[in-house]
Amino acid sequence: MPINEVKPATGGFSFDNYARNTMLNDKGFKAPGVIKTGTTICGCLWKGGLVLGADTRATEGPIVADKNCEKIHYLAPNMYCCGAGTAADCDATTGLISSKLELHRLHTGRQSRVVTAMTMLEQMLFKYQGHIGCALVLGGVDINGPQLYTIAPHGSTDKLPYVTMGSGSLAAMAIFESRWKKDMELEDAMELVKDAISAGIFNDLGSGSNVDLCVITKDGVDYRRGYDRPNERVQKERSYKLKPGASTVLTSSFRKYVEVLDGDAMDTS
Amino acid sequence: MAMKGKNCVAIAADRRFGVQLMTLSTDFQKIFEINPRTYIGLPGLATDVQTLSELFRFKTNLYKLREERDISPKTFSHMVSSTLYEKRFGNYFCEPVIAGIEKDGSPYICSMDLLGCINHAKDFVVSGTASSQMYGTAEGLWEPELEPEELFETIAQAMMSAVDRDASSGWGVIVHVITQDGVMTKTLKARMD
Repeated sequence: MPINEVKPATGGFSFDNYARNTMLNDKGFKAPGVIKTGTTICGCLWKGGLVLGADTRATEGPIVADKNCEKIHYLAPNMYCCGAGTAADCDATTGLISSKLELHRLHTGRQSRVVTAMTMLEQMLFKYQGHIGCALVLGGVDINGPQLYTIAPHGSTDKLPYVTMGSGSLAAMAIFESRWKKDMELEDAMELVKDAISAGIFNDLGSGSNVDLCVITKDGVDYRRGYDRPNERVQKERSYKLKPGASTVLTSSFRKYVEVLDGDAMDTS
Repeated sequence: MAMKGKNCVAIAADRRFGVQLMTLSTDFQKIFEINPRTYIGLPGLATDVQTLSELFRFKTNLYKLREERDISPKTFSHMVSSTLYEKRFGNYFCEPVIAGIEKDGSPYICSMDLLGCINHAKDFVVSGTASSQMYGTAEGLWEPELEPEELFETIAQAMMSAVDRDASSGWGVIVHVITQDGVMTKTLKARMD
C-alpha cells in the first residue's frame, strides 16, 4: 500500500496482507511465533464476593517470553477479567469491551452489570467463530450480587461458583473440587485460589512465576499484584560487569538533544 | 534487543539483510528514530520492516502536528500495538522492540509479538531470529542500575555472543544508547561470516 493511500483507522480488522501471507506461507516462509499465555486462571465465590486468580507467565512456544505479565484485566470498577490464550487477543478484547462498558455507563448513568459484559464478550467471540483465541474468566459484583462466568474462544459461557481456565485448569480444578465450600470466609477463599494457581504454576509447564489475586466485593476491588512470589530470582553471586573497551568499536558518534526554548505557546482560546 | 540502565536505555540490532542463506546487504537499517528520545527496532520480513517504519513516520508526524509535541515512548508503543493488531488476520511479519526515555526521565523499553501484544520488562527485551540466544546472554550479563558506558558494553557483548550463535544474524552490530543529554551511536566490529 503506497504511503499516500494510508487513511485514518475506521475500526475493525484489516485483511490487506492476508493474500500475501497465504502466498508466503505456501512458499515455505515461516512466520514468527505468537505469544500465548499458556495459563492457569481461576476464580471462586465466597460469602461476601469473589476472588479471581492468575499466574504471570507468557510463553512463545517453549520460550518464556514474559516472567511477570498481567493476566487479570480491568473491565469496569466492579468487574475484572482473567485472560488465557493468545495474549494479543486477550489484551485487545478486554480493552475493547472495557471501553464499550465505560461509554455504556456514561450513557445510562448506572453501574455496569456482569451479564452485560458477559453477553458482549460472548457475542464478539461467537461472531469471530473462535479465530480470536481468548478463554476468559469474568468476575464481578453488581445489583444481582457476585457472579462468575467462563467464556470459551467460540463464545460458549458457563456460570458457576468456582471456575478454572487455561492449560493449568485441570490442576487448579483439582484443588477447587477437593476444597471449595459454599459461603467461605475471605481469607480461606484467597488461600484456596492461591493454592489452585500454585497447583498450575508447579504442575503445568505453560504456567509459572507469581500468583496475582483480585478480590471483588460490593464495596470495591482489592487487586493484589504479586500476592505470592514462590519463584523469586536470587541475587547473583558475583557481578559480571564488563570493563570499558571490552568491545571493539568501528564508528562512534554522540548527538546532543536540541531544546527549543524561545517562542510563545499558540493562543488556543 | 533493548536494555534498561540507570536513567538510560540501549537498543541494538545486527545489520544483515538476506534471502534465506544468501546475504545481500551488511548495512541494513533495522532501528529507526521516531524522535530524539524514542527508537524502534523492527526485526522481521524486510518489506514489512520498511512499510512499518514509513507508516510510523507518517503516524508520528501527524501526531506531532496535531499535538505540537513529540510522542512519548509509552504512547508510541500503544500506537504500534494497535497498528499491528488491526492486521490481526493478515499480519505484518515483524516483532518490534521500542526503547526510549520518558518526559520525566525514566527509561522505557518494551517488545511486541507480531499481533501487537506488548511485553513490558524491568530488565531487557529481545526479538528476532536469535531471540532464544539473546535471552540467555542478556539474562547472564544484565544487572540493575548500569551507567550508560556499562550498559553499552553489556548490550554489545550480549548481542555479539547471541548473533554469533545464529547463522542468519550478524554481519555487524549497531548500538544506540539513549541518555538524559543525548544519543550515543556505535557500530561494532563483529564476525562477517
